[in-house]
Amino acid sequence: MNNVLKHYRFMLLRRLTQLSLLFLYFGANAWGWHFLQGNLSTSLVLEKIPLSDPYAVLQMFVAGSLLATNILVGAFIILVIYFIVGGRVFCSWVCPINMVTDFSAFVRNKLQINRIEEKQPSSRNIRYWVLILSLVLSFFLGVSAFEFVSPISMVHRGIVFGLGFGWAGAVIIFLFDLFVLKNGWCGHICPLGGFYSLLGRFSLIRVRHSEEKCTLCMKCKTVCPEHQVLYMVGKESIQVLSGECTNCGRCVEVCEDDALNFSIRDYLNNTQSKEEK
Amino acid sequence: MQPRTKKEPLSDRRKFILTMARGIGISAIGGFVWSAYVDELKASSCILRPPAALAEKDFLRTCIKCGLCVEACPFDTLILAKAGDNRPLGTPYFIPRNTPCYMCEDIPCVPICPTGALDKASVTFEDKLNINLADMGVAVVDAKNCIAFWGIQCDACYRACPLLGSAIKIEYTKNERTGKHAFMKPIVDSDICTGCGLCEKACVTEKASITILPREIALGKVGDYYIKGWDKADEKRLEKATSQTTTTDISKKSAIDSLNANMENFYE
Repeated sequence: MNNVLKHYRFMLLRRLTQLSLLFLYFGANAWGWHFLQGNLSTSLVLEKIPLSDPYAVLQMFVAGSLLATNILVGAFIILVIYFIVGGRVFCSWVCPINMVTDFSAFVRNKLQINRIEEKQPSSRNIRYWVLILSLVLSFFLGVSAFEFVSPISMVHRGIVFGLGFGWAGAVIIFLFDLFVLKNGWCGHICPLGGFYSLLGRFSLIRVRHSEEKCTLCMKCKTVCPEHQVLYMVGKESIQVLSGECTNCGRCVEVCEDDALNFSIRDYLNNTQSKEEK
Repeated sequence: MQPRTKKEPLSDRRKFILTMARGIGISAIGGFVWSAYVDELKASSCILRPPAALAEKDFLRTCIKCGLCVEACPFDTLILAKAGDNRPLGTPYFIPRNTPCYMCEDIPCVPICPTGALDKASVTFEDKLNINLADMGVAVVDAKNCIAFWGIQCDACYRACPLLGSAIKIEYTKNERTGKHAFMKPIVDSDICTGCGLCEKACVTEKASITILPREIALGKVGDYYIKGWDKADEKRLEKATSQTTTTDISKKSAIDSLNANMENFYE
């Protein structure tokens, strides 16, 4: 039992945060709680502190909307939080779609679908193209383009305010990740993940690898949804500096040799190794 | 025949250009599909917004879809558009026949809006919130199906109206069919009606015969050519009037000529 807890400690914590945030949002609408109102686009904490999705605010700005102080302050607070804890901590600790895609990856692994096609044909840079495209479209259409189609908001809003056909968004992503592309949505397409990846390039908390402890079992690379960020495993002792790392902690918890751990970014000598590219 | 040589590896420059071209090409495909979908959604303009909402175009770009107004509404009037509603996803609206706006005096849905998509200033008069300034829509009476227009006495909408006597007035006319009764017809004053929908909710016909429509759909616009000469306030509109003269074939000749011969073929 202790072993299970140790092996899944971050996973359990993540599910706990994801579900309790959902529960707080849900309670705000259903029972009038005032801890956390709104949804992932913009929230209000304790009826005082605004929180806003900086990517949504950026799209609104490009679309030509006058930005109110409230959402600027809210977006700033969120930027600061994710600057500290790691850009894509949103993806692995908050986003409800993460539970869908993690489940999809689990099933994919169990059914051994990965073995049909070991090399994934798609570039993980698609998300940055989608990010740029969403801003271009926001500009020309005069509305926040991604917010109009975002399955993340659709599902999250659906759970808090009533689902409608919102479940279809989750099913599409589940099937896409299962049958079309491994880690397809979160790891390749989602522009919100792309946005937070850019922030993560500068963020404070990062995973550190110690090469001397590593026994090259490669469990970390197997569980990592963004395995390209672990290029240094078994090669050199450096931090995972890529913003695409979600700080989900899966690599830390599966490592039997204590070769991976959370750490504070060393801003002074964090020279990227050449092997990354 | 030339011997087949091994192809040279692509130069970095070529690789870069090809990758870029591919990215742009795929973006174009995605962009067209994506914008077509968003544009369709945007076009569904027959939707009733919460009080103090900006004009639809500005509302769509300013609303961040957080649902705080929906949570603030004590009557659960406001709904957040969900997938399958065929309305812009995540934006707030209401269906008056199900739940109308009960016009709270403190308008809880408006000040909580973080983006200003619900514009507090538009429902503020002398530093105080005044829900009577709201213009969510306007009530429109279907005179064929409203039973008051048949001569049956019904004033359900009139009684339900929070601005009773001013937003909906009762017009009395003689019922010629019976010769001894009066029609009591509900007449909406669109200047005063807030579009709350209490009348639509109260209407007794199977499908409401008084309905709320967005103002830009239901109302016409006079333009500058017609002025109420007997109304000093209306004459003020002349100050901003623009003039535009339309010239057609027929206006080249004197007006008297239009009665004369050789004008038969003029419209061909």
